[in-house]
Amino acid sequence: MLNSRTQRRRLMNRAVLMASTGAAMIGIIMLIWILGDVVVRGIGVINWDFFTALPAPPGEEESGLANAIVGTLLMTVAAGLMAVPIGMMAGIYLAEFGKHNMFGRLVRSLSDILVSAPSIVVGVFVYLIMVKTMGHFSGWAGAVSLAILMLPVVIRTTEEMLRLVPNEMRESALALGAPYWHMMVNIVLRAAKSGMITGIMLAVARVAGETAPLLFTAMNSPYWMESMNEPMANLTVTLFNYAMSPYDDWQQLAWGAAFMITVSVLVVTILTRLLLAGRSKH
Amino acid sequence: MSNPDNEKQPDVKITVRNLDFYYGDKQALFGNTLNIEANKVTAFIGPSGCGKSTHIRCYNRMFNLYKGHRGEGEILFDGQNVLDPVVPELELRKRIGMIFQKPTPFPMTVYDNIAYGLKLHGNYPKSELDGRVEKALQDGALWDEVKDALHKAGTALSGGQQQRLCIARAIAVQPEVILMDEPCSALDPIATAKIEELIDELKRNYTIVMVTHSMQQAARVSDNTAFFYMGKLIEFGDTGTLFTQPKEQQTEDYITGRFG
Repeated sequence: MLNSRTQRRRLMNRAVLMASTGAAMIGIIMLIWILGDVVVRGIGVINWDFFTALPAPPGEEESGLANAIVGTLLMTVAAGLMAVPIGMMAGIYLAEFGKHNMFGRLVRSLSDILVSAPSIVVGVFVYLIMVKTMGHFSGWAGAVSLAILMLPVVIRTTEEMLRLVPNEMRESALALGAPYWHMMVNIVLRAAKSGMITGIMLAVARVAGETAPLLFTAMNSPYWMESMNEPMANLTVTLFNYAMSPYDDWQQLAWGAAFMITVSVLVVTILTRLLLAGRSKH
Repeated sequence: MSNPDNEKQPDVKITVRNLDFYYGDKQALFGNTLNIEANKVTAFIGPSGCGKSTHIRCYNRMFNLYKGHRGEGEILFDGQNVLDPVVPELELRKRIGMIFQKPTPFPMTVYDNIAYGLKLHGNYPKSELDGRVEKALQDGALWDEVKDALHKAGTALSGGQQQRLCIARAIAVQPEVILMDEPCSALDPIATAKIEELIDELKRNYTIVMVTHSMQQAARVSDNTAFFYMGKLIEFGDTGTLFTQPKEQQTEDYITGRFG
């Protein structure tokens, strides 16, 4: 009686362990498969031309994605320049002044909604307010849609990092006779600095792979941009267009674009991890 | 311990008269009246929530940081009521420093921790700043342990060292009074002993008011003790007398461990 129960438990234990290990394996295999495929097929495409040449018509040599790489960089940086100051200030407001009031709660829940808003909706929205009114696609519209996607991530991480700064730290600085702003700038922001940089990097990683919002705003272009005020090449929309094309060499470029995007997101994520690890050592 | 001059005519640093305090609608202090004597250690004891921390946070108007917190009555410091909004807050806090329960080194080097307050209140050339930082660390009984680590992070120090760093930081700006809100409750007995030793040193130059949960600590380091219960000052007087011959039944019950 007792023996058979023990045996049943052992069997059950083994079965559940195998099932959960299997489930974990499936997840990991998928990830490795995707990464492996992108690396194997993409890395061969990467050569000097890939970084320096413009996309050429199918069949021609010396084809590259130089304009798309620069376009993605420009729009991401421009988006960051818009979203980071606004997001940080909004985060500071939420953490320091809007903890319990109505407006603070409203901003907090709106930014939570924005985090989970489908990026295509943001793309269509910017299409309506910018592309339609200006009459053409543009790099600025692309940057604005990316900025909208970055904003809530920056707001909430800033707020959370500031909240991690113990209240005693604020009071200690004020107790020395420091004005409130001085305490905020020199003590609290400094204490939260690495966490806030992490938030900004996560926000960059989040938008780096976005396609839908750019499809409606920056569109794409086979040429070098002269300003941000015109349709702008970028990696994700190029990837989308070329992967769908019937031409083999365009499909190859699409793999190269996929590789670039994956590597840059990976690099940002790893840098973030290193930064966080460095902070916890202190 | 007591010197004859002081015994004849105690030199009063802060006079508290009928201090009431409110957290919004909830009254937390009821008519506290007492004198803080200069160059003495005054300890506040009482069970949790009795108002002793609330009371000392009035002296440097720390409560002003929070909406709905307000104090009424008189806290006379240098002839002025510190509760009166005309008394400039930053100047008040320079003259009345504060140490908190948890050590709070700022996210910067040991040196910069001390220099922070100095830079706030003066524009010192580098050489004088160095001298003042060293002096503060010496007065905070930390110099010997950190003189070779001035440019390491303040957070890298041990808990007891961090608390002495906070004390050194507070005395660097040369306050007249130092408020201590349970300064040893996060520290081990050895670190606590060092801080107590330091407090004994500091009272030569500063007036110290400390909140403590430990009656033994109050008995060890203080000259005067105030016993608070439910926001009221139950008994106040010479530490030796209060612990050996308390006048009030509630004080006796508390110090003999019958409640609290």
